Amino acid sequence: MAETKYTEEHEWIRVEGDVGTIGITQYAQEQLGDVVFVDVPAAGRTVAKGEACAVVESVKAASDIYAPASGEVVESNAALADTPGDVNAEPTGKGWFFKLKLADKGELDGLMDEAAYEAFVKSLG
Amino acid sequence: MTEPTAGPLKRTPLYDLHRELGARLVPFAGYEMPVQYPTGILVEHTHTRTACGLFDVSHMGQVRLTAKPGHSAAKAMETLVPGDIAGLQLGQQRYTQFTNDAGGILDDLMVTNAGDHLLVVINAACKDADLAHMQKHLSATCEVEPMFSRGLLALQGPQASAVLSRLVPQVASMKFMTGAYVEIDGARCYVTRSGYTGGDGYEISTPAEQTDAIARKLLSHPEVKPIGLGARDSLRLEAGLCLYGHDIDTTTTPVEAVLLWSVGKERRVQGGFPGAAVVQKQIAEGSTRKRVGLLPEGKAIAREGAEIVIDGKTVGIVTSGGFSPTMGRAIAMGYVERSQSANGTKVDLMVRGKPVPAEIVPMPFVKHAYYRG
Repeated sequence: MAETKYTEEHEWIRVEGDVGTIGITQYAQEQLGDVVFVDVPAAGRTVAKGEACAVVESVKAASDIYAPASGEVVESNAALADTPGDVNAEPTGKGWFFKLKLADKGELDGLMDEAAYEAFVKSLG
Repeated sequence: MTEPTAGPLKRTPLYDLHRELGARLVPFAGYEMPVQYPTGILVEHTHTRTACGLFDVSHMGQVRLTAKPGHSAAKAMETLVPGDIAGLQLGQQRYTQFTNDAGGILDDLMVTNAGDHLLVVINAACKDADLAHMQKHLSATCEVEPMFSRGLLALQGPQASAVLSRLVPQVASMKFMTGAYVEIDGARCYVTRSGYTGGDGYEISTPAEQTDAIARKLLSHPEVKPIGLGARDSLRLEAGLCLYGHDIDTTTTPVEAVLLWSVGKERRVQGGFPGAAVVQKQIAEGSTRKRVGLLPEGKAIAREGAEIVIDGKTVGIVTSGGFSPTMGRAIAMGYVERSQSANGTKVDLMVRGKPVPAEIVPMPFVKHAYYRG
């Protein structure tokens, strides 16, 4: 059963087994505006929790994406190279960024669940 | 696009309209300005290139300059700018710069000969300093009258002429960089055929209290959509036009910025503007660096501040970079050493520590579509 957690930087991570799929939230894509380029990490790269490991470029600006947990990148979303607008259209679906083999699932305990994240977004006004 | 500001943000006459239209408002040059509307920057950009966009540029400063008896406003203005102002025919408009004693650019501006006075349009972020500069140097010879509460609307795109000529038939035959006083719904407006998108279009100076009604009237035409500052920036970058504070500033001269076309031919010889000696020396000997267009390979975007490198050696810096919706790829401009500035030169742009291969290319990136009659 998949479980989705959220960071205060507006990333989501959907965990199935010991692999987490990572992307940005609806709120984040709205704030960014039209996404025109996504730089995703290559498979095989090891990332630490909190490390800047992807970049999403909107027309306006570049934003770092931070790893919500430590682990090894097992797959990145190659389709985003041709259709970066997927991040706007389906941020939690086709617009995913990369998949991570989690080093320590315990790291996810500090992240927000959906209800907590919704309350967090609301608090931002 | 956003920047920190002190004190409360100012609002243009279209603030309520922006809110109604669902704009995302951001601080810009001390104003609360629309960076985009709900459709987003890409759609706004494309709409302006294919139909017609309405921009609120009321944050820019408008100044009227009227000669005192026995003086010439154009001659007075020429003591501050390198452009040929005295040569402007009635209704003719010109792009020029305020320079400092080192030939650096204090601001870039538009000057129009409106008959018994000049109309000057300056950048929002510089307008208080520009006004003080003009008052200091021109008050002996001219009345310097700020009109900072007036509205300024830019109607841009291939349909702009069809739309505006429904309200004011005479604008259809106006040529690029000319202006005239016209009446729109009883309001006395000054219209110029100009803009900063590289496309055809107009800028309409409106009385403050009638700006909202005129904007709504223009938006009621099916071709017209409201466009924010985000698309204004991507449009001007495609057109190869400089953004003050980024591509030009007090450390760049009109020669380095490749704006020599805007320096009057006689004025190059005769000087008489601040920093003329520096500019004349650069015209004769060449400047050490110049502004160039940059076309990155691939899709990574090199933004302002990215170093320009050849064989590991830094030769320049990117001053504007972004995504070109028209071309569907990244574009940039920046300064490089003149010895490395030839079109076709291969460079690397350093983006997040990684070299992005790019080529120096001529600008504009997207062909200008000005109406020259």
